[in-house]
Parts: sequence; C-alpha cells; structure tokens
Amino acid sequence: MAAIPAQARRWSPPPQIRNPLLRWGLVLGGVAYLVLASMSIDVNWQRVALGIERSSRVLSGFLRPDFAGRGPQILGGLLESMAMAVTSTVIGAALCIPFGLGAARNISTPAVYFVCRLVIVLARSFQEVIIAIFFVVMVGFGPFAGMLTLSLSTIGFLAKLLAEAIEGTDETQIEAMRATGASWPQVVVYGVVPQVLPRFIGLTVYRLDQNFRNSAVIGIVGAGGIGAVLTTAMSRYDYEVAGAILLSIVTLVLAAEYISGIIRARLQ
Amino acid sequence: MPVIDTAGQRVWQLRDRKSTLLRWFGYFVCVLAFVISMQYIANQTFWVFVVDSGRQIGDLFGRMFPPEWPYAFQLWGPLWDTLNIATIGTLVAVVLAIPVTFLAARNTTPHPVFRMVALLLIVVSRSVNSLIWALIIVALIGPGVLAGIAAISLRAVGFISKLLYEAVEEINQEQVEAMLATGASRLQVILYAIVPQIRPAFVGISVFRWDINIREATVLGLVGAGGIGFQLNSAINRLMWDRASLIFVMIFLLVLFSEALSARIRKSIT
Repeated sequence: MAAIPAQARRWSPPPQIRNPLLRWGLVLGGVAYLVLASMSIDVNWQRVALGIERSSRVLSGFLRPDFAGRGPQILGGLLESMAMAVTSTVIGAALCIPFGLGAARNISTPAVYFVCRLVIVLARSFQEVIIAIFFVVMVGFGPFAGMLTLSLSTIGFLAKLLAEAIEGTDETQIEAMRATGASWPQVVVYGVVPQVLPRFIGLTVYRLDQNFRNSAVIGIVGAGGIGAVLTTAMSRYDYEVAGAILLSIVTLVLAAEYISGIIRARLQ
Repeated sequence: MPVIDTAGQRVWQLRDRKSTLLRWFGYFVCVLAFVISMQYIANQTFWVFVVDSGRQIGDLFGRMFPPEWPYAFQLWGPLWDTLNIATIGTLVAVVLAIPVTFLAARNTTPHPVFRMVALLLIVVSRSVNSLIWALIIVALIGPGVLAGIAAISLRAVGFISKLLYEAVEEINQEQVEAMLATGASRLQVILYAIVPQIRPAFVGISVFRWDINIREATVLGLVGAGGIGFQLNSAINRLMWDRASLIFVMIFLLVLFSEALSARIRKSIT
C-alpha cells in the first residue's frame, strides 16, 4: 500500500451544519443583513471629530470625580434608589406569587394559565423606562412612580421564573399528594413550595440587586432615584459630578452583588 | 437536627434555638428595611397626584386610543434601526468579549494580573446600564445609531464575558490535559479542547443577550442614541399620545418576535 502523504491526512473538524446549501445560505444571508444594516449607521464625522476633541474634557471630568460639590444630592439620590429597590422587590415578590402559580402549566387550568402568561408577557416586553413613563404620568414625578415601575417589572421577571421553577418540579411528589386526596392549596403548600422555595429566594435576592441597577436609569424620565441626579449632572455638563455618581453606582452594585452572592451561596 | 430535652420529654425541632433566633432576626431586619424604605418614599410623594392617578390614566388612555395608524409607515425606518442597533451591538460585544473571557477565566488566563484587569472591565461594564452608557457616548460622539451600537456593546461585553468565563472555568479539564500531553500550544488547546466545550453556552448566551439588547435598544433614543425611542420621545414631548401608543404596539411586536426567535434558537442548540 502506497504511503499517504501527510498533507492528505490532515483532519479538519466537521461543519456545524451538515447541509451545505443551508450552511452557505445562512452565511450569505448574514453577510447580506450586515451590509444592509450597516447602511443605517449614518455618522456625522464632523460631530465625531468635535467629540473626540472634547472627549478629553469629558474623560478628565470622569477621572476626577467630585463627591463634595453635590454631596447631599448624590447621597439623597442613592438613598432614594435603595429605598425604591427594597420596596419594589418586596412588593414584586409578594405579588408575583399568584401569577407565578397561575402560569405554571402543571398546577393551573388553561384559562388561568393564559391570563397569567399574558400579564407576564406584557410586564416583561417593555423596558423599565417605558413603564416609568406611564407611572410618572399617573402619579407624578418622584420615587413613588419609580417604585411602581420596578414592582411591575419585578412581577414579570419573578413570576416567569417562578412558573418555570414550578414546571420543573418533581412531578411524582405532586402526584403522591393528589393521590392522598389533597386539595389544591395543600398540593401547593406541601408539594410545590418546598421544592421551589430556595430557588425563589435566590431569584428575589438577585432581583434586589437588579432593581437597584435599574433604579439608576428610570430617573431619566423623572421616576426619582440616582438616575435623576445623574441626568441633571450630564445635562449641566458637570462631568466631575457625573463621574462621582457613576463611581458610587459601580461601588454599590459591586457591594450588592457580593452580598447577594453570599446569600445565594448559603441558600444552596 | 437538634433534639431538645424538656422535662424528660425529647422534642424534635427543625432548628436549634440559636439558628431560630438568627432566622427571626433576619426576618426582622428585612421588615425593618421595607418599612423604613416605604416611609422614605412616602415622604417624597405628593399624595394629591396619587389620588388623582385614576383620572389621569383614564385621560391618558382616552388620548391613546385609537392609535394613529398611518404614522406606522414612518416607523419602519426607526424600527429597522432599533433592530440593527441591537444586532450589530451584540456582534461587536461578542467579538470584544472573546479575549476578555479568556483573560478572565482562571484556567486560561496568562497571568493573574491580566485576570484582575479583565474582571475589573467586566464589573464596570456590567454595573452601568446601557442607557447610562448611551448618555456618556452621546456626550462624546453626538446622537445617532453609532452611539446606540456603542452603548449596547459596552454594556453587553461585561454580561457575555461574565457568563462565558464562568462556563470556561467549568469545563472538563481532562480534555485540556490530553491536548497538553500531545504537545499542543496554548492556542491549540483553546481552539480544540475549550472552544468545542463552551460553544453551546456561547451561542445561548449571545442569543439571550441579543434578546435583552432589543428591549434596551427601544429606549436608547430617549437620550438620543438612535432607534425608535427617539420617535417615542418626540411623541411624548409633543403630547401626541396616539402616536406614542402606536409606538408601544410596534415595540411590543418587535420584542415578541425577538423573544420567539431567541427561544427557538436556544431550544435547537440544547
């Protein structure tokens, strides 16, 4: 048998998509999309040049954070954000339970399931800022609107994940409960809750940290919190103050993440 | 599980006294935090406006219906821009996230110093919301789609890198060892031992982030960073709520589409 030259024996990994027509079609479609999409970027290069000139001022402002100048406002904004995060997490976690139970296919009826899923989809589809616009119109500027906004988005988030956790529970325990003649509340309390509680608490702690982050942006449309102070600082070109605010947000988020990480690790 | 001996009777309890007390203290702190926060917010609220909210929202919905349907023809462009901001932003973020991931993962980083820098980048990127990134970038390069793409990708880099480097740290180390035993270089190890293991996670995370990015891209226009948020902002500023409601409908459809697509892709890879 003639020796096969080493060149011909080179191995190459098999393609991800077997069908060559589909594979090249996807590549071609992707390239075509990118070409079309990049046409929607219209850059005003003059403005960019101007911005790069100015960026040294902006960046040096961010690098020299000024905590003292607007200290009370920053502190007030941070406290407001924290208060919004805490209240909205508690309210959201309490109110998500009926929707989460209703949206779990294995313990719900089709009609209830549909209604609960609809509520979840509606609460989740819109970014917090859009929901905040509504609540600001409803109850006026300030942290109350922010609290309502974050509560609604928390309901959407927690209810969806709670429903998924319930759908992922061990079916045999629920079946065993039903076989003993347990009523629906009994099935939920003794069959479902013990299985999903650790995960639910973990998600709630995670959401607390998430709500604090989001509370920093809904201030842009007037829903209180540190975001309002930040927007004011940015629109006054007060980059030193904006830098200080950003630095405080990053620090607090880090601290929150660290603490929530510990809590979640202890729950497992 | 402690058994407490009271008056000759052995009573079984779930927890001993110390952990019960600790638990109650935890509940107490939570309730206290909630009450104080609630009070803080209540003090900052003008309750006259809240009492009035029912009438306000009724009035608002009255103005929102019916939506100004013909305006939809002017919205396809911004909607397309929004989609592009999210998609290109995700692509840029993915490209940027790959080096950061391998620098941040404990088992692939060339040096602990690189790891520290990469982790710092991830933290900063993650703790600033994309809307705030957009505020900063619009101040730098001016309004437009490019600012939106930059804002989305700056926020998404941290998200993708964080989830991806955790996946890299959880890989099966035996394959890496087998590759090293054959004398493979560092790059070859990454390409043939690590990448195949994290590819499903990589696709899943990217698509998941794309879905989130669509949602975020819909509001970037509020601070001038392109997309449909710009039209939303001008409609609200001019109190044209019939246009705003149409924009809400369009956003809803876009988000539903992206969520369905991303769920489908994620299902097909697992």
